[in-house]
Amino acid sequence: MTPSTPETPAARSRAPSSEEAPHEGPVVGVRTLLDDAGISRSLLRIAHEIIERTADPERLYLVAIPNGGIPLARRLARGLREVADLSVPVGILDTTLYRDDLHTTGNRPALRRTEMPSAVDDHIVVLVDDVVKSGRTIRAAMDALMDFGRPRAVQVVGLVDRGHRELPIKLDYVGKNVPTRASEQVQLRNSDGEEGVLELVIIGAPEGDAQGGES
Amino acid sequence: MIGRDLLGIEDLDRSEIERLLDTADHMREIGEREVKKVPTLRGRTIINLFFEPSTRTRASFEIAGKRLSADVINFSPSSSSTKKGESILDTAKTLEAMDADAVIVRHEVSGVPRRIAEVLEAPVINAGDGAHEHPTQALLDCFTVRQAKGKIDGLTVTIVGDILHSRVARSNILAFRKLGAEVRVAAPPPMIPPAIEETFGVKAYTSLREALEGADVVMALRIQNERLEGAFFPSVREYSATYGIDRAKLQYAKEDAIVMHPGPINRGVELSHDLADHKPGVILDQVRNGVALRMAVLYLFAGRAPRWRAGEGS
Repeated sequence: MTPSTPETPAARSRAPSSEEAPHEGPVVGVRTLLDDAGISRSLLRIAHEIIERTADPERLYLVAIPNGGIPLARRLARGLREVADLSVPVGILDTTLYRDDLHTTGNRPALRRTEMPSAVDDHIVVLVDDVVKSGRTIRAAMDALMDFGRPRAVQVVGLVDRGHRELPIKLDYVGKNVPTRASEQVQLRNSDGEEGVLELVIIGAPEGDAQGGES
Repeated sequence: MIGRDLLGIEDLDRSEIERLLDTADHMREIGEREVKKVPTLRGRTIINLFFEPSTRTRASFEIAGKRLSADVINFSPSSSSTKKGESILDTAKTLEAMDADAVIVRHEVSGVPRRIAEVLEAPVINAGDGAHEHPTQALLDCFTVRQAKGKIDGLTVTIVGDILHSRVARSNILAFRKLGAEVRVAAPPPMIPPAIEETFGVKAYTSLREALEGADVVMALRIQNERLEGAFFPSVREYSATYGIDRAKLQYAKEDAIVMHPGPINRGVELSHDLADHKPGVILDQVRNGVALRMAVLYLFAGRAPRWRAGEGS
């Protein structure tokens, strides 16, 4: 049985629509890194790369990390259909309950949904996230994934690799490498739910602005 | 931000209740997994401190804690040190010295959880105190209704039974009112607290038929017949004939009305046999949802950066 209650506003807060202004305080500047068409091109290129490097593409299983990973995984699945006529399952895996900072900070972030349509055993799971920074979310996602079974392999797609890694995590497929300052924010904005127009932006924050990065 | 303790619905506002229900919504998925466990409260200790006997609520909290990977310790002082004269607060303090990250308290006297919360550093969660409150029961009832009906705002909820002595009724009245439902209560006159309409914003009925007219939710309360017979109604049989919910009486409610009961059911008293076993009913959903809701409570209240880590106090 799947939860019938619609996703709450709080659960969407990580991918705000472009009308909203999520960044408070003195905004130094907002710059577009990738527009909607650019994001689609990156994902299509990644779809080609996945097919090239995967000996057994029928075993592929995309797993989106919400919220940003969800529209990206959907587009990547469409890309795989176009490129190789593959129908790849798309799951959604919330990593919040696996975070490593719940106890040290005492923060209790809003949970997001998890929907894994089928077993991951013996599949080549490709985790899909929007922005990868410290690597802690990917670590949490791997732990969560293991609770769903034993994948044959786990790979990672990041639309943006910001650097600033804190764990030994490397991406298998990268949309765009963007060297950033730790104080800057990189956000995937979504005009409308999970199928809207996407835009990847970088928001410059003033020097010394300490922010808790979770990516 | 949600407070340190969960002592009653009276302390929560609408957005806090909704946050708990939204969190429970996501917790339910964990119960559907093959491995029903997440590492969120690994290394945390939760103490079930039950001065009054309980099977269902205690087991529900215990499963919820274990699904979040906490160590859950059950402690029933009625069978140990309170008999030796140790005070309730001393017992609670002793347990906290065992580094509890949350203490779940049930007591037959109203207000005991709040008194314990005043002396403990650890968060206290009320699992039922006297005729005062049973907040997690009300939250799981709201959660079950929201799941079955898709909303709570604008619904009519009729609570039938011993309103006067029931902490379940009190917490549910507060919760459903805060979430925008119309609440009615129906009972024999001695079981309706005086001034309930003015105090709680509910409508009180002695006629079950009128109370059920157009109801979306019918909630029957457990009658503690061993305690009440003779004093509050002439006989269980008479209570059942007038206030017991069966198919015929349910006709007065809306066609798609759901029937709820906090359990354990006195079959043939509060609910007829066929309604108690009705499928698809929501009474077993209430039990299942109780675990998800209590996981949400423990996630939001237990093990949040203890003060000694922040370098203050003990």
